Amino acid sequence: MVTYKLTTPISEEDARKLRVNDVVYITGTIVTARDQAHHRALQFHKEGKELPINFEGLALFHCGPIVKKEGDRWIIVAAGPTTSTRMDIFEDEFIQNFKARVIIGKGGMGKRTTDAMQKYGAVYGAFTGGAAVLAAKAIKSVKTVEWLDLGMPEALWILETEEFGPLTIAIDSHGNNLFEDIKNKTEENRIPIYRKLGIQK
Amino acid sequence: MNLEETVENVAVNLLRFAVTELPKDVKEALQKAYREETSEAGKTQLKAILDNVELAEKTRTPMCQDTGTIIFYVKAGAEVKHLDKIENALRKATRRATTKVPLRPNAVDPFKQKNTGDNTGRNIPYINWEIVAGDTLEITVLPKGGGSENVCTMGMLVPGEGINGLKKFVIDSVIKAGSKPCPPNILGVAIGGGSDIAMKLAKKALLRPLDQPNPDPELAELEKELLEAANSTGIGPMGLGGKITVLGVKIDYAVRHPASYPAAVAFNCWAARRATARIYPDGNAEYLTHKLR
Ligand code: SF4
Repeated sequence: MVTYKLTTPISEEDARKLRVNDVVYITGTIVTARDQAHHRALQFHKEGKELPINFEGLALFHCGPIVKKEGDRWIIVAAGPTTSTRMDIFEDEFIQNFKARVIIGKGGMGKRTTDAMQKYGAVYGAFTGGAAVLAAKAIKSVKTVEWLDLGMPEALWILETEEFGPLTIAIDSHGNNLFEDIKNKTEENRIPIYRKLGIQK
Repeated sequence: MNLEETVENVAVNLLRFAVTELPKDVKEALQKAYREETSEAGKTQLKAILDNVELAEKTRTPMCQDTGTIIFYVKAGAEVKHLDKIENALRKATRRATTKVPLRPNAVDPFKQKNTGDNTGRNIPYINWEIVAGDTLEITVLPKGGGSENVCTMGMLVPGEGINGLKKFVIDSVIKAGSKPCPPNILGVAIGGGSDIAMKLAKKALLRPLDQPNPDPELAELEKELLEAANSTGIGPMGLGGKITVLGVKIDYAVRHPASYPAAVAFNCWAARRATARIYPDGNAEYLTHKLR
């Protein structure tokens, strides 16, 4: 396990250095996106429309933050990760088209995303579920917000961060998927546990 | 004293304490988990949880963005007057805490899909009543997170399989839940009674502090056995692998119908929030899980 402190924009080369179980902290620009923002971004791409932000080398955060406005400034109150599997249907195309290098969320992602990460050079960093205060602390400011018409949780919040983490690399660009490995190991442990508890079958 | 006002003020405090500061037994269990975890990924997650908990306490902000569904447990002394006012007081407290703490509005009409915006609505906050002897009122709040609620299980097991059926049911529930309920978790387990009774007892069992073993030595043994088994799954903190998947197992039971063997497993996440206060006849409140601040 190695700990990395990365600054955006993150190059493909840097992303490919990361291996599962490594720990990463990100300084720079992180953009929140949930289901609807993914959907719209891919729609825009299909129609040849320009996106409000260039994702290349940035980190994408599966998060619907609680944000309040003080004067004309936005303040992040809480910003914990949301379950990433919902974005599995979009993420491969998203990585291919927009070249985000780090996807942040909780719970891991599936084979489609893992394959895309291997092919195009990106990683998945797991942020501790529920740790909203820790996340908010590393967010120094809201640079801007786009697509607010999707609603506060679904909008693209473009955040300036300082050492955002710890992110445990759970999918790397070499085809490794930590969540899948753990799931398989857990399955292997099932029968020995039954046996120890004296359960037949 | 004006009971309604006192209860409302105490309950607002309880809600604030619960979501911003973990009870001592949970904090200590997380610290112990951090010391004992051997997987690096698991240790990283536990450290992040501990840092987050400390930061939440210091800044008085909710430790998790999901501040849960609000559930109260009220032990009402039979001599307390105006008990009919308490429900309204607890609703008012929930509304006030929602804007004041703040809590995330988590009450959605299941038919219209509309969020009521203030954490109250039909049957919510839910109040579990218990009438006891005496003249005091004990109120506990359990803000229950959605991620861990979504993996709770209820099964009508085969009576002939007995306790082994229950053990299998618990382990299968833990493995199926995997990383979803933000492990490490606390499990409330209950058998008997009936489908509704088992789940109610399982959830109530979550209120028993982690450092209090079951008073029944056989059940205490079973709690230990299930804890060890759950921690042999390898799921680990946040499902990233490790030996600490569960912080504690709490078991309760009711006698059962000869033909039924109802079993329930209630999951709580690392953000195992709860707060309790006792209100005396003179209106004074004693906070049992937190220091007033
Ligand atoms: S399961 Fe618990 S810790 Fe995780 S997001 Fe929900 S309330 Fe927060």
